[in-house]
Amino acid sequence: MTSGMSTSGQWLIKGAAVTGGEPADIHVKDGVIAAIGQGLDAPGAAVLDSGGLVALPGLVDLHTHLREPGREDAETVETGTRAAALGGYTAVHAMANTEPVADTAGVVEQVWRLGEQAGYVDVRPVGAVTVGLHGKQLAELGAMADSAARVRVFSDDGFCVADPLLMRRALEYVKAFDGVIAQHAQEPRLTEGAQLNEGEVASRLGLAGWPAAAEEAIIARDVLLAAHVDAALHVCHVSTAGSVEIIRWAKSKGWRVTAEVTPHHLLLTDDLAGGYDPVFKVNPPLRTRADIEALRHGLKDGTIDCVATDHAPHPVEAKETEWAAAANGMTGLETALRVVQRAMVDTGLLDWAGVADRMSARPAAIGRVPGHGQPLAPGAPANITLFDPAAGDTPVDPSAHASKSRNSPFAGMPLPGAVIATFLRGTPTVLDGKVTR
Amino acid sequence: MKRHLISAGDLSRDDAVLILDTAQELESVGGRAIRKLPTLRGRTVVNLFYEDSTRTRTSFEAAAKRLSADVINFSAKGSSVAKGESLKDTALTLEAMGADAVVIRHPASGAPHRLTNWVSGRVVNAGDGTHEHPTQALLDAFTIRQRLGGAAHMGTVPVGAGGGGGGGAGGADRRGQGLDGLRVTIVGDVLHSRVARSNVLLLSTLGAHVTLVAPPTLMPHAVEAWPCRSGYDLDTELRKSDVVMMLRVQQERMNAAFFPTIREYRRRYGLDAGRMALLPEHAIVMHPGPMNRGVEIAAEVADSARSTIVQQVANGVTVRMAVLYLMLGGATEETA
Amino acid sequence: MCAMRPEPVHEPGPGGPGDPGNLAGQSRPRPDGQGGAVPAGPGPQGWKAVLTPEEIRRALTRIAHEILERTHGGDQVVLLGIPTRGVFLARRLAARIGEFEGSPAPVGSLDVTLHRDDLRLRPARALQRTEVPTDGIDGKTVVLVDDVLFSGRTIRAALDALNDLGRPRAVQLAVLVDRGHRELPIRADYVGKNLPTAHREKVRVQLAEFDGADSVLLGEVDR
Repeated sequence: MTSGMSTSGQWLIKGAAVTGGEPADIHVKDGVIAAIGQGLDAPGAAVLDSGGLVALPGLVDLHTHLREPGREDAETVETGTRAAALGGYTAVHAMANTEPVADTAGVVEQVWRLGEQAGYVDVRPVGAVTVGLHGKQLAELGAMADSAARVRVFSDDGFCVADPLLMRRALEYVKAFDGVIAQHAQEPRLTEGAQLNEGEVASRLGLAGWPAAAEEAIIARDVLLAAHVDAALHVCHVSTAGSVEIIRWAKSKGWRVTAEVTPHHLLLTDDLAGGYDPVFKVNPPLRTRADIEALRHGLKDGTIDCVATDHAPHPVEAKETEWAAAANGMTGLETALRVVQRAMVDTGLLDWAGVADRMSARPAAIGRVPGHGQPLAPGAPANITLFDPAAGDTPVDPSAHASKSRNSPFAGMPLPGAVIATFLRGTPTVLDGKVTR
Repeated sequence: MKRHLISAGDLSRDDAVLILDTAQELESVGGRAIRKLPTLRGRTVVNLFYEDSTRTRTSFEAAAKRLSADVINFSAKGSSVAKGESLKDTALTLEAMGADAVVIRHPASGAPHRLTNWVSGRVVNAGDGTHEHPTQALLDAFTIRQRLGGAAHMGTVPVGAGGGGGGGAGGADRRGQGLDGLRVTIVGDVLHSRVARSNVLLLSTLGAHVTLVAPPTLMPHAVEAWPCRSGYDLDTELRKSDVVMMLRVQQERMNAAFFPTIREYRRRYGLDAGRMALLPEHAIVMHPGPMNRGVEIAAEVADSARSTIVQQVANGVTVRMAVLYLMLGGATEETA
Repeated sequence: MCAMRPEPVHEPGPGGPGDPGNLAGQSRPRPDGQGGAVPAGPGPQGWKAVLTPEEIRRALTRIAHEILERTHGGDQVVLLGIPTRGVFLARRLAARIGEFEGSPAPVGSLDVTLHRDDLRLRPARALQRTEVPTDGIDGKTVVLVDDVLFSGRTIRAALDALNDLGRPRAVQLAVLVDRGHRELPIRADYVGKNLPTAHREKVRVQLAEFDGADSVLLGEVDR
């Protein structure tokens, strides 16, 4: 496919379906898209035969756990961003629940610098809302916003900002620097010791239930607060049909609410927990068929703005235990686009232009990420993902993943498609499905 | 029978009847001068108990020993388990010791499932979290069958006679019988009860009609999907019950707002002498133990002729002998 | 309605787990009498009747008399049949003794499953009934009753099982057919018919109580 690495730094991507539309050539030069058209001529450029591939603007993940600093046994910024590039991502938001927590300018700058050094994607650190994620006292949100990391998204993800007064204050406070609070919606009192979606499966398996109302109640409260103080609210990993309805209602009022859904919540149901394998244990939990349908339609009609992976790597010993003792979370960066193809494109709910919007344009807008999410057009930064939708169903093999961790719920599951190449500002990070360095 | 006994749902009707029939034949062993059979000689049974439970553990131990198996007891306290050794590592240790069967009791639902990934022997679930306790359901079914037979056979053995004793010549022969048509009411903290879950599955497999009674807060969320009826009113159900099974209620539930006070719980859901009088004449009262006398069950009820509580304990050994024999007595390699 | 039973194994062939020819579909008594008919299901070809119902009747009468002779009038005798068909034979003998002496001999059954030496070769088998008469066996003359004596392993298991139940004064053995090929030093005290057989042949006893009619059949194993 490739005619060797480009010595001139120029690339000619030939014959890709640009955002799923007509096949065209894309000329990449000096880190930007120089031209898009038929039969382009670009002497000195390395040619990338891309017939049959779809060209998307580089994917942007609003929700990833890179684990560094503190949990390098599960993932590092380097391994996590390498995995991201292989998944077609050019920018990822790194959640704050590291050790130490990213609640100061110092930690967020460290994470940002590690991302720069690794060079696979642009890493946008997310700042904690409260000190230590304890939910008691606001962290120095302004300092994090002003730091070299330029934090704009703040989240206590892993924990809910449950205190309504604190949530109100946080929503108001970040208006000063165009920030957004991303809420992990989980009423703690209703989910103490919860293990699995409260429903028929949990009841039969003897696992404490995580009721949908515990997510919906917080979202309902927060959209009202956001409306009241005219602030931006983002809802992380929406997982229930009721949540989708509440968000739809809030948007119909013109309130500044955005929302994300994970790939696994678009495809997997709670009955997978039947064998008590903790690879299916995640927070919020997998839910029912009806919830999946509502989430898919919510993503289709834009009620849910974007797909965010919530990539949550864990070492083997954290998942190879009895269910109650296992950690929550699933990896997702390397499988996201394939899952979205199966759940949304192959079902006719979304076309590739829609995928570009939900996985690049909107997350970049919500995260206020400069230079990403722009449509593929001359003058735009050359953040490009080349994907082969016809690659055929192949079973997912976590042992071949670049992520340090193997906890993928899709292990062994045949999924369509494959990421062939990823370009970050004109430089390929992935070619022929492999990292370039 | 399936390889492991983890859920009562693993047993077909034929499997369950076979276990009960085998237990009936083994019952006479306890009355003999030599209370031992050579059948499991050379087999090693490990009791892996992560929760304190002298009653169940000694029951399994007695059952294994009566069949001449070697028994190794691993209890959570005082072993490497207490020092935080993972379930997997403990399993690998047992595997290295050549356990033919592991009987596991664990506070986490699903622990026996996990264990099957790491040991090559048979796994018997002796109670996992709030999930299941299949041998308890089996000994309950055995006790019911002994006392009442199925609805068609009721009255062939008078209440209180029991079927135990030496030689097998005294009790009614219930071979091949299920519990068809019997009305069983299970009362109490169903939400947290592994005994209830296993009994609902097993008793309905054997043809009984099961009804659950509990306050709404202690009724499982999706109970409509279970093979039983459910209701909140105990007095209505008592009048049409052949068997009443009382579950233990724990003090801690009061603190988590499942019910306001022990007093109110006892008033609405406790089986006292007055309620016992509502029962049909032949009906029996059961309890898996340990009891909270004066809470879910009054002392005079527990000690009455209707009560099978002591028999249940005796039957526990017999039923567990049957399970261990059927699992380990023959060839243990998978043939299918 | 009784649950389906896994097949009761009767006679362990030498080195092997049991006689498949004897077991095919025969777990329930057939209500229609088919005296001498070829058994249903897969099995050896060309069954030949080697004992008629009349001959069986006479043999049992003779055995009953022999028991009475050798036990001085049947005092202190307990008949224990080995399930399945040994039990029916034991009951017939007990009834005959009752006809001759005025009171029937105590009769019961002795399941040998748990003492078999080939237990571990097949999945665990269902247990049969062990029923000991109320006066027990201590100090009594126990006569074990079985339909066919072959390798002798069943009887060895029966002696072990008997050991767990008590201490008889003596143990004797009555069989309807002795077909030879002993693998252990075991012999019968009372034999209905000595039937020399080739090892590969199969012997099949049918009794009215269980199979609908009485007969003893000999057949070749289909190669």
